[in-house]
Amino acid sequence: MTAERADWPLWEVFVRAKRGLNHVHVGSLHAPDAQMALRNARDLYTRRQEGVSIWVVSAGDITASSPDEKDAFFDPAGDKVYRHPTFYHVPEGVQHL
Amino acid sequence: MPDLAVYALRLGDDALVFAQRLGEWIAAAPQLEEDVALANITLDELGQARSLLSYAGEVEGAGRDEDAFAYFRDERDFVNVQLVERDNGDFGFTIARLLVVSAYQHELYDRLVTSADATLAAIAAKAVKEVAYHRDHATQWTLRLGDGTDESHGRMQAGLDGVWPYVDELFSGDELDARLVEHAVGVDPASLREPVLGYVRGVLGEATLSEPEPTTRYSGGRKGIHTEQMGYLLAEMQHVARSHPGATW
Repeated sequence: MTAERADWPLWEVFVRAKRGLNHVHVGSLHAPDAQMALRNARDLYTRRQEGVSIWVVSAGDITASSPDEKDAFFDPAGDKVYRHPTFYHVPEGVQHL
Repeated sequence: MPDLAVYALRLGDDALVFAQRLGEWIAAAPQLEEDVALANITLDELGQARSLLSYAGEVEGAGRDEDAFAYFRDERDFVNVQLVERDNGDFGFTIARLLVVSAYQHELYDRLVTSADATLAAIAAKAVKEVAYHRDHATQWTLRLGDGTDESHGRMQAGLDGVWPYVDELFSGDELDARLVEHAVGVDPASLREPVLGYVRGVLGEATLSEPEPTTRYSGGRKGIHTEQMGYLLAEMQHVARSHPGATW
């Protein structure tokens, strides 16, 4: 059974909680193909009405940034205050910001 | 017992016994993901059983609740079709049975939504969406196993061969069915044959599987006649409730 498990590829699951929101990564699972991955995701991640839409992406198709490049990738953004929208006032009642 | 109570009991027993069988896969399915999928289906069936058995007790009016029906009836008093009580066998048999039973329940509940009995109609309206998913799950697996490797094709076909002797019983009605059909409360089982088998044949064709032609066809479940495997199922399902009557937590 362990050998068979290795044959099932890994899929990353993204769920849209409701209309207007983005799909958010919720976890991963094993499935033989994309259609079964979608169904497994429905069973594993939307049992309690967590979503209205599901995406599954083969984990192998994701290109990820490397932890080794963290400094070069992300640190320079930290001291550039003009990139941050800190000079605006958010009107009351605006959600999801 | 009123006709309506017996009818609810028949459908409820189908769901209860099927749930008991499917539940045996939990922690034993080929994959963790499949464990969860089968557990979801099990719980849907159990939910349908609870509604139907409770309603049977209400219509009967003798003070029996869902637990009285589930745990304190003996084998001859269960009126489920024999197909749902058969052992799970391998995954091929399990999927073959799920395909047939879910296709049957889908057509049945789809028609019961317009039943003249408001409670049956409401139970069916909830259940039809659940069994549509069960049917899809079984369909996906049938396609993959049937049109997969030689091994998976062989096992899937063997599963179908094991299921088919019990399929006819789903479509054989009796006088009670006829009376309920007359009052627009129940569904004529014979009227389900073509739509159910039509759906299943479509899947089998696509999955490169063939419809078995069994030489023997069993029936009798609706009259309380069951196969040799039913007693073991009941023993496991009922023994705690019978050993500790009235226990709660």
